[in-house]
Amino acid sequence: MLNTPGQDAPGQGAPGQGAPAVAGSGPLAADQEGEAIKAIPLRHPWRVLVAVVLVLMLAVFVLDAAQREDFGWADVGKYVFDKRISQAALVTLQLTVYAMVIAIVLGLLLAIMRLSPNPVVKSVAWLYIWIFRGTPVYVQLVFWGIVSLIYPVLTIGVPFMAPWVSFHNDIFTNLFVTAVIGLALNEAAYMSEIVRAGLLSVDEGQEEASRALAMSWGQTMRFVVVPQAMRIIIPPTGNEVISMLKTTSLVAAIPLSIDLYGVSRGISAVTFTPVPLLIVASLWYLLFTSVLMVGQHFIEKRFARGSGQRKADKQ
Amino acid sequence: MNGTPMVHADRVSKSFGSNRVLKSISLTVNTGEVLCLVGPSGSGKSTFLRCINHLERVDAGRLSVEGQLVGYRQKGEKLYELRPREAAFQRREIGMVFQRFNLFPHLTALENIIQAPMRVKGMSKAKASKRAVELMERVGLGDKAGHYPAHLSGGQQQRVAIARALAMDPKLMLFDEPTSALDPELVGEVLDVMKELASTGMTMIVVTHEMGFAREVADSLVFMDGGVVVESGNPREVLSNPQHGRTKAFLSKVL
Repeated sequence: MLNTPGQDAPGQGAPGQGAPAVAGSGPLAADQEGEAIKAIPLRHPWRVLVAVVLVLMLAVFVLDAAQREDFGWADVGKYVFDKRISQAALVTLQLTVYAMVIAIVLGLLLAIMRLSPNPVVKSVAWLYIWIFRGTPVYVQLVFWGIVSLIYPVLTIGVPFMAPWVSFHNDIFTNLFVTAVIGLALNEAAYMSEIVRAGLLSVDEGQEEASRALAMSWGQTMRFVVVPQAMRIIIPPTGNEVISMLKTTSLVAAIPLSIDLYGVSRGISAVTFTPVPLLIVASLWYLLFTSVLMVGQHFIEKRFARGSGQRKADKQ
Repeated sequence: MNGTPMVHADRVSKSFGSNRVLKSISLTVNTGEVLCLVGPSGSGKSTFLRCINHLERVDAGRLSVEGQLVGYRQKGEKLYELRPREAAFQRREIGMVFQRFNLFPHLTALENIIQAPMRVKGMSKAKASKRAVELMERVGLGDKAGHYPAHLSGGQQQRVAIARALAMDPKLMLFDEPTSALDPELVGEVLDVMKELASTGMTMIVVTHEMGFAREVADSLVFMDGGVVVESGNPREVLSNPQHGRTKAFLSKVL
């Protein structure tokens, strides 16, 4: 035996002795079964040390922060359920949902355009993605904020002729609508790449089998390709929703200030308590992202049907 | 039996870029016949099969199913390419079985089978399901309706794929190397289903390396190499007494 005598000490003696007769290789193994391994497990002192140090550091930080004046915990408690804050949180949610819905639809359209056999259609989609992915979303939002100055009047008609219809540009004077459009147009460029990757991930044989069954292109997409592409599309889309929720704080560039971050900034400008309101806003953002993460988990499970380790018991 | 053959190919050619994969293929398959297409890989037999239901388009010659041009419409002297919808309509009565099964992995076996009858023929779900269960029983998988493809063996998947094709009540079945992707012990169960199908009078074109199946079931055998039909005829005669050097060389390797 290579075991050092010292190893016997820490209360490990018992299983070593009692095992062979009872638990070890008793019921299952026939006589030819090899002897069960009863080695002393490898110790990991460094792991323990690192964990202890981390826990200590965290504890020190929490205790210190709890007592620090500047965090203004009393104000955090006061404002976290403030009516103005919860209403602003609702605005942030609306911005997120509207922008994402438009972005997903537009993204799907752009993805299909990029896969089109028509080179012009393909190039237009590429150009769109190039521009909207290649410039910062903050800069884009500033641009959409001033677009009503560049195009004060919108007209429909043939170029260089008298317009058929012409109306005042009210779309981009509504800052909420401007924010939704600005966020959605930017996000669509990312969504289209996600959707395209999903569509391309589906095996060619699937489309072929579907066509051989006389299904049309639309039916093939709807019932065969897209449901399978969803498995690839959903996880990054969930990330995009979470990312969008946070990006809405940039609508200050438009400038729109009725969202969660805008309102908390507005309150702190009056009360001179910036830190507690940053914490309040962060808590709300964290709440929403946490809920979204749970939702994403369940949607992913739903679209993983037919793959993975699920038991084949569904009738 | 009427005079119109099920499939008639008249000097059919097909190229991928500068690569001519089919060179003037002519052959006829009559209703109720089983034709086996054999030959080395790259000989163009799978491409020819895919031309029959217009998954690939023919460049030259005329290919028709039941007297109807595949993928085109002739009006006077001119040929017009069919719209996708019209091409899909032609495929309704041609079933196809693929080497790699190509079952829809996100759907159960039963859902795989009822898709086309529901979507293409507008059959009710209840009616399509009833028929699907019958077909599952016919291919010996009566108890597997609720299983996803990933939980079936290769042989079972291929039998589901055959049932899926049969659900459209095809007049012609195309098999593209249906047993090539299978473990050897699973080949038999698929061939048995195909034999049963042939015995019911189904017209079948089978690209295969299973010479035993060809000998036993096929009415005629076509040996292709390099995009041309090298030799064709009664399978027992071709297999036991090949006339052509290339046929002999190929058969000596596979038999």
